Amino acid sequence: MRFSIYRYNPEWDEQPFVQDFELADDKIESGMMLLGALIKLKEQDETLSFRRSCQEGVCGSDGMNINGTNGLACITPLSDLKQPIELRPLPGMPVIRDLIVNMEPFFKQYKAVKPWLIVDEEPQPESERIQSIEDREKLDGLYECILCGCCSAACPSYWWNPDRFMGPAALLQASRFIQDSRDEAKAERLEQLDDAYKLFRCHTIMNCVQVCPKGLNPTKAIGKIKQEMLKQKL
Amino acid sequence: MQTLNDIPIRHFDALIIGAGGAGLRAALQLANADLNVAVVSKVYPTRSHTVAAQGGINAALANVLPDDWHWHMFDTVKGSDYLGDQDAIEFMCREAPRAVYELEHFGIPFSRLDNGNIYQRKFGGQSQNFGGDQAARTCAAADRTGHAMLHTLYQKNIQAKTQFFNEHFAVDLLKSEQGGIQGALIFSIETGEPVIIDARTTLLSTGGVGQLFRTCTNALINTGDGFGMALRAGLPIQDMEFFQFHPTGIAGRGMLITEGARGEGGYLVNADGERFMERYAPNAKDLASRDVVSRSIFTEVKEGRGCGPEKDFVYLKLDHLGAEVIKKRLPGIRDMSKTFLGIDPIEEAIPIYPTAHYTMGGIPTDINGRVVVPSKSSPEQAVNGLYAAGESACVSVHGANRLGGNSLLDILVFGRAAADHMIEYLRENTYAHKFDKESLQQAIAHLKHWDTDENSEDGSQQPQQQSESISQLRDELRAVMEQHCGVFRTKEILAEGVEKIKAIVARFPDAKIHDQSKVFNTARVEAFELENLGECALATIISALHREESRGAHSRVDFDSRDDQNWMKHSLFHKGDEKPEYKPVRTKPLTVESFPPIERTY
Repeated sequence: MRFSIYRYNPEWDEQPFVQDFELADDKIESGMMLLGALIKLKEQDETLSFRRSCQEGVCGSDGMNINGTNGLACITPLSDLKQPIELRPLPGMPVIRDLIVNMEPFFKQYKAVKPWLIVDEEPQPESERIQSIEDREKLDGLYECILCGCCSAACPSYWWNPDRFMGPAALLQASRFIQDSRDEAKAERLEQLDDAYKLFRCHTIMNCVQVCPKGLNPTKAIGKIKQEMLKQKL
Repeated sequence: MQTLNDIPIRHFDALIIGAGGAGLRAALQLANADLNVAVVSKVYPTRSHTVAAQGGINAALANVLPDDWHWHMFDTVKGSDYLGDQDAIEFMCREAPRAVYELEHFGIPFSRLDNGNIYQRKFGGQSQNFGGDQAARTCAAADRTGHAMLHTLYQKNIQAKTQFFNEHFAVDLLKSEQGGIQGALIFSIETGEPVIIDARTTLLSTGGVGQLFRTCTNALINTGDGFGMALRAGLPIQDMEFFQFHPTGIAGRGMLITEGARGEGGYLVNADGERFMERYAPNAKDLASRDVVSRSIFTEVKEGRGCGPEKDFVYLKLDHLGAEVIKKRLPGIRDMSKTFLGIDPIEEAIPIYPTAHYTMGGIPTDINGRVVVPSKSSPEQAVNGLYAAGESACVSVHGANRLGGNSLLDILVFGRAAADHMIEYLRENTYAHKFDKESLQQAIAHLKHWDTDENSEDGSQQPQQQSESISQLRDELRAVMEQHCGVFRTKEILAEGVEKIKAIVARFPDAKIHDQSKVFNTARVEAFELENLGECALATIISALHREESRGAHSRVDFDSRDDQNWMKHSLFHKGDEKPEYKPVRTKPLTVESFPPIERTY
């Protein structure tokens, strides 16, 4: 099986280059995921660098650009991929080394939406707050995000304005708290996002929806935020 | 060559190593107490393995069926096969409702019942009224409870302005001149630069060591780094022979299928279509304790009733539950089955087999999370400044076998308890001590261990030369552990395994890494991880060889029953030991009567 992989080490390389790799057929097991192949390739050349952890699509470590589309290596079956399999770091993010990008700007936007419950008064310690099944269902499709960055790194608006546009992942998170019946800072959250760049750079290109490995829909979440803003203003 | 003076030193009140649930819960408590806290994690916190926990967290809230913390305590003591310490178990079960309410207040999106209360499901080993009807004690956010919990705790820590050293690897603990622990030597994975963290208190919350076994449910990062650090600091690790094999890993692959699947009504069948758990556990059936279910599956397969062409797995049947229940309560495992097997559990059964899952053993602590070691005056003398919590600790609430839903509880309760004690300790111990010079020098020498001079003139990469490779040694180690330290064990197989592991570990000094870059050198990280795996393998298999009884997850074919007379005791393994030492189980609870050991049936 043939691979064509983006390589860059700032210590050695003046500029990035693409390296061809070959994985022998006898190393490929049935049902193998792309991450399994990368681990085998690293046995051949241990300088090949990438992040990985859970191997089952829940930790969000191994987001990368696979044959032109962002995804998680650990849940992308090898058999689905056209050869040579072209692997690039997530686009629009600064590269640290090989397939490893700097996630700090991404997490900075995440933190900026205050992704925690804000309440006026702490609830009684020995009790749970009540949330109806219907209210809890509003969080489905939002809370499952694993912060892999595939969506934001697929968004042209985020590529051009990574510091001013929050990007789909952070906005999905904002929506998760705006929609939470237990949160008491909805107005404040909406006000913070009411900005030509932070929210309104989303032009519903919907790349985020296409690439999300968890099947989430950030565009819809962003639409919801816009609706809530409108409601607030009326 | 780097000298001590070149390494920057950072000063903190508290150092937390590991950013899973236990570490983050502790960090939050410390940060909210206005202490200066550093969290060191080799990955971004949301990548920690807590994220993969599915089923839920136990607490006697009685939202669905009648419940009582005392029943929860009974079940946990029984589940532990009477090796759990009853003071710690009482503490955990009493604290459970508060821990869950706290988590709800932090914002976790628990699933809800019709009346808006937290949803609770049935899980293995749970009973009402001290061994009566099945209880429903496991609070769940669908089948993504660990993910929901980890993200919530991370979010609260961002709010509390906890300082994170993300993608930093902890190499070794550092001692103070007074003999306590005074921080750690770490390095940035991104730059390769070392940093000394000088901290008056240190918490190890580094998780378990599932990567010891070839097929496991664990993340690749679960390499027992905290165990390695503790052993190298001269501290023992406890009860390592007790390793949980989860009954329902995806056959041949290892991904976890939550016990919640059986809690929601799923059951196991063999090649004859027989619901075989009825034979092994007539009352609890598929919701018997994990050790019992794993042994039953193993036995079915061994006796030729396995499914598939190789007769090497059994099926977990969920298709009778209906699409609605599966979509609502088990969406994550449905996704996983579809991704890894091309099977939709709404229509087809899932092939499963027992898979290495959880380290019951760990760094010995008391109920305040303080690391305790035997001394002349006491079997449990606290080590100044050092704490442990979560899977890396052995309190011991899980004893010889952990109940499903108790690990997420363990990390919350003891993450907080450790932090509470650290706050107290910091108040009483205002000033930092000096580092012990030898301990610093040893740590620095260890840090340099994988550096070599084989870089070419221009520093570029070189073809890999003939030497032992890290991946080869790791693969061999994991294969030996799987073959020689699995579900059923005998003296011969274990003894042979000990020799094989020793031989593999003896080859470590010949290993080399060929990537000598400072920038994000994951080969170097894997080399340090391999050393830790080696320490854990020896601790586990040597402790297993010497325990001549069957208790919980440790099943000896040659000693097939529990021996309370001789073996109701914890094992303690030090680096280099040929044989563990032992200390008594704490059988006296805090306020209630002890549960004396009785025959354990489900």
